[in-house]
Amino acid sequence: MSDIAQGGAVRTVASVPIWRDGVAAAAAWFVAAIVTVATPDVVPWGSTPLWAEILTGGAVLLLVLSGTVQWLGRVGRVVVHYGPWLVALGVWFAVWEVVTAKTGWLPKPFFSPPQGLLHVYLVDTTRLGLCVLFSLRLWAYGFGSGVIAGFLVGVALGWSKRFAYWGMPILKLIGPVPATAWIPCTFFILPTTFSASVFLVALASGIPVAILTASGVGSVNRAFYDVARTLGASERFLVWRVAVPASLPHVFVGLFMGLYYSFAVLVVAEMLGAKYGLGWYLQFQTGYSAYANVYATLVIMALLTSGLVKLLFVTRDRVLSWQKGII
Amino acid sequence: MSAALKLVDAPRRSVALEVRGVSHAFDLGGKHLPVLDNIDLSVAPGEFVALLGPSGCGKSTLLRLVAGLEQPDVGALLEDGAPITAPDPSRILVFQDPTLFPWRTVWKNVAVGLEARGLLPAHKQRVADALSLVRLEAFAQAYPHQLSGGMAQRAALARALVNDPHLLLLDEPLGKLDSLTRLAMQNELVSLWQKVGFTALLVTHDVEEALLLADRVIVLSDRPARIVTEFLIDKPRPRRRDDADLVHLRQTILATLGPVHD
Ligand SMILES: Nc1ncnc2c1ncn2[C@@H]1O[C@H](COP(=O)(O)OP(=O)(O)OP(=O)(O)O)[C@@H](O)[C@H]1O
Ligand SMILES: [Mg+2]
Repeated sequence: MSDIAQGGAVRTVASVPIWRDGVAAAAAWFVAAIVTVATPDVVPWGSTPLWAEILTGGAVLLLVLSGTVQWLGRVGRVVVHYGPWLVALGVWFAVWEVVTAKTGWLPKPFFSPPQGLLHVYLVDTTRLGLCVLFSLRLWAYGFGSGVIAGFLVGVALGWSKRFAYWGMPILKLIGPVPATAWIPCTFFILPTTFSASVFLVALASGIPVAILTASGVGSVNRAFYDVARTLGASERFLVWRVAVPASLPHVFVGLFMGLYYSFAVLVVAEMLGAKYGLGWYLQFQTGYSAYANVYATLVIMALLTSGLVKLLFVTRDRVLSWQKGII
Repeated sequence: MSAALKLVDAPRRSVALEVRGVSHAFDLGGKHLPVLDNIDLSVAPGEFVALLGPSGCGKSTLLRLVAGLEQPDVGALLEDGAPITAPDPSRILVFQDPTLFPWRTVWKNVAVGLEARGLLPAHKQRVADALSLVRLEAFAQAYPHQLSGGMAQRAALARALVNDPHLLLLDEPLGKLDSLTRLAMQNELVSLWQKVGFTALLVTHDVEEALLLADRVIVLSDRPARIVTEFLIDKPRPRRRDDADLVHLRQTILATLGPVHD
């Protein structure tokens, strides 16, 4: 994070009171706006004027920031750090506009200009919103139950020799099978599509958590147990107050793996049987060759999944703050 | 009032320790490694005994057996006549390595014994007293990785003392401290021991420390450890390092330990 504090701020703001990247970005965004409104579309797309207004608004905001960013403190430093990205974004909007709407080099319906995506968000807001909620619900049920079950199984496997004797071979055998391979039988065995989808997401996220929790609990420094035992710790205390906290760094590795697997399986499961959800929406819109809707959904997915990953990072840094300086 | 005295609740019984014909060996990569050879040792209730011996001779192993963490191959260990079969919080071992729990703050590390036995809610003050005894009040909320080696050792000492043990087993607990802090900690240990009256078994490399603290100094041989000889130190406390008798005794003990040790 320290690079944010340095990046750009010293170079531009301290020496010259104008943030040069900001001016350049404003120019790029303004050019993109001009390109959008001042030249005709080869094929008409909705929402073109609105998109140009948004670009102009962005350009004006960037111009204002160019003169004021040095007074904005921490936020200002972050903005300055991303200055080159803001310039690139403006250029990208202009180029994207030209190659799609203005020249048709990348033709409809397989490609869409930015206003095409904007149009989707405006027209299909309710349905997209519902799909987001359905996907989040499925993810929360599946990931939540998978992680809890995987963690408990992992603790049992790592702690109890008897449990490990029976459980470890099974986990080693079915663990590497991709969760998607279970799709045919789960949709057939489980009563509803939703419960089958939850099960698949749970399986995908639970298995890495179980494996890494087990290895974490199994590799705890024996000396910690010796200390705790001389201090009068019960078996319960040894498990929950020694083994589990000591193995949390491993558990988090499992959580990250499980998180990525859960996204993959969630989309596939939704494509196969669901009546709502982002995976279903992708599938459905592809059927109508509505690729603007597909791209619009991909953007939402990128934001949602990276947001959840970020959330897990923040949680880990909180929970494992005692590790700072160790790793 | 010394910080140590605050840790005293009420006078309590101390225990007698009996080590009878204990021999112990390890398996080191398929090789039989005898470590303890027929150790016989009686410690009276409330006695302070120091163990001296060359590195790797088996001192820590003996303490682990007394703590009940391991069972001897041959022989028996008795606490007040009852065989020691498992660890018990009445016998607390301060390990050679501090082994603080890295995910707990210093305060929570010190509190862990009370917490494990469900005594913490009623005895929070003891944690604070133990911390001030080892002069770590200011670091109560620090994590172990933020401590120096000597501070970690003192935290480990506090974690043991807070439990009010009948038998305190100390494995070079002051090894990493500078000479001034070491002296202060030695004084605190002695005043605590005098007031509480627990039985103490101290492993140390420092002959002077043994002479300042113990009623009896036991010298062990090189591995496998046998008891070579023992010295009674019949001097009132507080003792002075430059006491002529002690200086003389120090020379004698160093001679017994051999040239390797000094
Ligand atoms: N778990 C073990 N497995 C195998 N060998 C061991 C084990 N624990 C200790 N030993 C061996 O037993 C011998 C005595 O070890 P111990 O730790 O008791 O020595 P020590 O007298 O405490 O030494 P120091 O003064 O250096 O701490 C050493 O040679 C060591 O290699
Ligand atoms: Mg040792």
